[in-house]
Amino acid sequence: MSPRRTASGGRIDRSRSISFRFDGKRYAGHPGDTLASALLANGVSLFARSFKYHRPRGVIAAGVDEPNALVTVLRGEVREPNLPATQVEIVDGLVAESQNRFPSLERDVGALNQLGGRLFSAGFYYKTFMGPVAGPLKGTRFWMACEAVIRRAAGLGRAGHAPDTARYEKMNAFCDVLVVGGGPAGLAAALAAARSGRRVVLADLDPAFGGALKWSGELLDGEPAAGWVAETISALAAMDNVRLLPRTTVWGYYDGNTLAALERVGDHLRDPGKGAPRHRHWVIRAGHVVLATGAFERPMVFPGNDRPGVMLASAAGRYAAEYGVLPAERFVVFANNDSAYAAAARLREAGATVAAIVDVRPDVSAGARALAARAGGELLLGHAVADTSGGRRLTGVALRRFDAATKTLSGEPRRIEADGLAVSGGWSPAIHLASQAGAKARWDETLQAFLPPQPDAGWSGAGAFLGHASTTAAFADGLAAVAALDGSLSDAVDLPASDAPDLDAAPAPVFEIRAADGRGSKAFVDFQHDVTAEDVRLAHREGFVSVEHLKRYTTLGMATDQGKTSNVAGLAIMADARGMAIDDVGTTRFRPPFAPVSIGALAAERFGELKPDRLTPLHDWHVEQGATMYAAGLWHRPMIYGHPGETVEQACVREARAVRDSVGIVDVSTLGKIMVQGPDAAAFLDRVYTNLFSTLPVGKARYGLMLREDGFAFDDGTTWRLAETEFLMTTTTANAGRVMQHLEYMLDVVWPDLKVILTSVTDEWAGAAISGPKARAVLSACVAGTAVDNDALPFMGIVHGAIGGAPVMICRLSFSGELAYEVYCGAGHGSQVWDALMAAGQPFGIVPYGLEALGTLRIEKGHVTGAEIDGRTTARDLHLSWMLSKKKPFVGSAMMDREGLVAEDRLQLVGLVSLDGQALNGGAHVVEHGDRTLSGSIGHVTSVCFSPALGKYIALALVRGGKTRHGSRAFISDPLRGRFGPVAIVSHHFFDPEGSRMHG
Amino acid sequence: MLITCPCCGPRDVAEFTYQGDASRSRPDPASTDQAAWNAYVYDRVNTAGAHREYWQHSGGCRSHLVVLRSTLTHRIDSVRFARDEADGARRRSGSPA
Repeated sequence: MSPRRTASGGRIDRSRSISFRFDGKRYAGHPGDTLASALLANGVSLFARSFKYHRPRGVIAAGVDEPNALVTVLRGEVREPNLPATQVEIVDGLVAESQNRFPSLERDVGALNQLGGRLFSAGFYYKTFMGPVAGPLKGTRFWMACEAVIRRAAGLGRAGHAPDTARYEKMNAFCDVLVVGGGPAGLAAALAAARSGRRVVLADLDPAFGGALKWSGELLDGEPAAGWVAETISALAAMDNVRLLPRTTVWGYYDGNTLAALERVGDHLRDPGKGAPRHRHWVIRAGHVVLATGAFERPMVFPGNDRPGVMLASAAGRYAAEYGVLPAERFVVFANNDSAYAAAARLREAGATVAAIVDVRPDVSAGARALAARAGGELLLGHAVADTSGGRRLTGVALRRFDAATKTLSGEPRRIEADGLAVSGGWSPAIHLASQAGAKARWDETLQAFLPPQPDAGWSGAGAFLGHASTTAAFADGLAAVAALDGSLSDAVDLPASDAPDLDAAPAPVFEIRAADGRGSKAFVDFQHDVTAEDVRLAHREGFVSVEHLKRYTTLGMATDQGKTSNVAGLAIMADARGMAIDDVGTTRFRPPFAPVSIGALAAERFGELKPDRLTPLHDWHVEQGATMYAAGLWHRPMIYGHPGETVEQACVREARAVRDSVGIVDVSTLGKIMVQGPDAAAFLDRVYTNLFSTLPVGKARYGLMLREDGFAFDDGTTWRLAETEFLMTTTTANAGRVMQHLEYMLDVVWPDLKVILTSVTDEWAGAAISGPKARAVLSACVAGTAVDNDALPFMGIVHGAIGGAPVMICRLSFSGELAYEVYCGAGHGSQVWDALMAAGQPFGIVPYGLEALGTLRIEKGHVTGAEIDGRTTARDLHLSWMLSKKKPFVGSAMMDREGLVAEDRLQLVGLVSLDGQALNGGAHVVEHGDRTLSGSIGHVTSVCFSPALGKYIALALVRGGKTRHGSRAFISDPLRGRFGPVAIVSHHFFDPEGSRMHG
Repeated sequence: MLITCPCCGPRDVAEFTYQGDASRSRPDPASTDQAAWNAYVYDRVNTAGAHREYWQHSGGCRSHLVVLRSTLTHRIDSVRFARDEADGARRRSGSPA
C-alpha cells in the first residue's frame, strides 16, 4: 500500500492494482483512481512546471478546473497534450509525461526564469519585442528572431506529428429534457423528468454520477449517500426513456437548444473493443435543459499560493474521501467561508492532521465551529496566511493577524509547519453554459459570486449552479425545475433527507491577502498562465482597465482552463485597483467550449476526401481507353486520350486536328440540363435570358445568355424547344447548380404566378458531341428513324431517332466551329449509343477527344467559357451585345447600361497571338510597353492553347479598349513564372470567322 | 439552428441555403429607375433583431421560404412558403395576374 493511501474508504478498488508510467517511472494505483489521485497516493507532489516562470507546481483541484497538473498522454506515437491529471483515469499501461520542463521536471533549466520575475510581467512580449525602429531587426523582425526560443521555453504541451489512428464518431440525440450534471440537483431533476414520461438525457463529466454525494460523507435518510446514488442510477438506467452519459462533458450551448457534448468512450479502457470509438461527439437537441453544473471552489490569492501542497479545500477533502488519498500529512486550512470546515473534518477523519484552521473572518457560525472541533487543531479567526515556504513541496506557512474590513495584515508572522494547505476563497457557480446561452451574469453580494442570468424558456438551473450549496436545496431545485415545465408532476418523487449541517454560505468578501509593503512571494491569480496579482495591478496602471483588455493584456483566464479558478479573483483585484464594485467592472462572456474538445471527435468520420465523385455514364470507357482524367469541379472528365510517348500538348493537337480534318467525338454528359415545362415556360425563358425564346419554333434550339440582376454576364448555353410548353435548357458544367437555384428563386420569389416546373435532368441524359467535316456521314451511318441531311436537320435543328437501338435526340449545334451534332440519350443507354457512334465513325478515323482539345477548338473560335464569364465581364465586354433583346425587359436589363458597365475603357475580349513562338500563360498580364513591370498593365490572359489550325500559340484575353487595339502589338508579362514576350492583339475569332464550316 | 420547413418539417440549417433579404422589393421589370434598382440589388440594412429573409430548402424540397429570424439570437418566429406571399410578389413583379 502506498504511504499516502488510507487503509479504507473511498470509491477505489484496493483489491486490484493498475500499473502506469509517469515521466518514465512506474507507479501503481487502483481502479477508480485518476492520474492525479494515484500520483498523490505515491507521494508525488511535483506535477508540472509553470507556464512562464517554470515554478514547481502541484495539483490544486480534483476536477476539470485543474490549472496546474497538465500532462501529455502517449498512445504509441500519438501525443495528447494538456490533459489535466485530475481528468485522466488510470488504465493498465498508461504512459504520461509532464510538460514544459527541460531536461526533467525535477531539474528544469527554465526555472532560471524565476530570477527575472520583474522582467516577465504583463505585456512583457509586447514591450520587449517591439524591436528598434530601424536596422536589421526593426519592427517585428526582432520578435521573429526570438520567437522560436520563446515558444520553446514558454507554454504548455507539445503536439505530436504522428497521425491519430483512433476512431471518433458523431451522434445526434433528441430529448425532452437534458440534465447537465449528475449531482443531487441533476439526479432529482432527471428522476422527476423520467417519471413524468419525458425522454431524458443525463450527462456528467465524471466517470460516476452523484457529484459531491460521492465524497460528502453525508447520510440520506440515515444511509450513506452513495447508496442512494447507486439506487437512483440503476432505477434511471432501467427506464427506456432515459439515456445516461457518464464521462460526458457538455461543452457548448447553441441556439435552438442545441448542445454539444464530448463523451470519453474508450480512454479509460485498456482494450476499448474492436471498432469502438475513443471519443464520441454528441449533438443534443433538447426541449429543455436543466443546468445542474455545480460550482467551482476558488483559491485565495496570497504570497506563495502556488507551492506544491497548496490545494483547494474541497479537492483535498475529495481526495481523502473519494480516492482514499491524503494529499499531505499535516494540513493548515485557510478559508473565508464555512465550506472548508467540512473539508477539514473530512481530512481529519481520513487520517490527516489538521494543524490549524485559519479564517479571515472574526467570527464563524456554530456549524463551522462544530466541524472545526471535529477536525481538531487550532481555530485562528481573524488571521490569514501571509506567505508560504518550501521548494518542490510545501514545508510551512506564515500566519498574521488580518482585518477583513480593512484587508490589512498586522502583527508578527507566526510559522506553522505543514506539508498541505487547504484553501477556500468561496465558490463560483459553473455558469458557463448559461452564459453561452446568451444572457449576462449577475453579481451576488452575499455569495460574492456571479450567479446565472435569469433563465429563458429553454433552460432552468438547479443546485450549486444557483448558489444553493446544500443537498436539501439541490434536491428541491431539481424537482422544481421539472415541475415548472408543465406546472405539476405526474408522479410524485420522494427524495431522502440529508443530515448535512447548515452552514453559512456567505464568504467574507476577501479575495487577496497582500502585504502592505508589497513584499513577499509572488501571489498568483491565474496559475495556468502565471498571472500574478501584481500583473493585474500593472495592467490597471497602464490603462488596460476594461475586463476585455485586462484579459488580453495579462492573458488572465485565456489558457486551456479558461480561468475556471482565476476569473473572479482577477476581477476583484481589478475592481479594487479601480475603486469600483466588482459588478461595475463586469465580466467577460463565456464562449464554447467549456473544456477542451478533441479535434478528432469534431471531425468524427468526416476526414480525408469528402467530396462526391460525379462520373458520366461513359466514364469506364474513357478509363479503358487510357484517358488521363481531370477533375472539373466534382466531375471527372477526360483531359486527353494520350498515345504512348505523347505529351499532353501533342495529344491535344492530334485530337483537335482530327476534328478539323475529319471527325471527333467528345463526352458532353456533364453539361447542366434543366427541363423547363409549363404553359408559361416560353415567357419565363424570355425573362431570364437576354434574348427571345418565345419566338423559337418547336424542334429548334437557340444559344442563350443569362445576366445576373446586377447586369453582369452569368451563364450561357443552348436551349431546345422540344414542344410548345417544353424546353430543355443546357448550362455550363460549372454553373449548373447556380443556374438551377437562380431559376428556382425567380419562380418562387419574383414570379410565383408563372406556371412553370423546373426539373434538374443533368444525370438523366448522356451526351456526345460529334464534330468535324465527316460528322454527318458518321451519323447517317448509324441513325435510324430520321434523316440527318441539311434539310431534315439544319443548323440548330433537332430530330429524334435511334442509334444502336436506343432512342436519341440530336441537335445540330457547334462549339468547335465544325459541322457538329450533339446526341443525347437516356443515361442508361449511354455506352450503347457511344459504341454505335464509334463503330460508325471507324471508317472515317473518328477520334475521341478530351477537355484539352475541346478547349483548343473553342479558343480558336473565340467562344467564351467560365474563364471569360468570370463575374466581372458584361455581355458587351464579350461582344455578345447582339444577344441583348431590345423588345423586352429581362433579368439584368435595367442594370446593364450603368455608366461603369458601358465605359469605353473596360476590359474587353480580344485574341492574342504569340510572336516569339513561345507558349502564353493563363493569368499573365498584358502590358503595353517592353517593360516587365506591371505598371503598364492593360489586361490579362484568360485562356491559352497551341492552335493546330494556325500553327501558333494563341490566347484569349481581356484587354482595356478591346477592339480598338486589334492589329496592335503588346507584351505578356508573368513575373511569377518568369515569362515575358511580344504578342499581337487580334480578333478573338481566330479561325473561320464567317462560320462557313459549321453551316456547311 | 432548426428551420421548420412547411413541406418537410423541422430540419437542420445545413440543409438550407440563405437567399437574402426578403424585405426588399424588386422594381417593375420595365422600370429604368436606377436608384430603385440600385437599392434592390445592392442596399442592405444590417439589421440587429427581427429580419425577414429567404432561405431555400436546397437539400430538401427546394422551396424558397420566408423566414422571420432574430439576427441576435437566431430565434425563428415564422416560416412560410415564399409562394404564399404571392400577392405581394405579384405586385412587386408587375406581371399580369
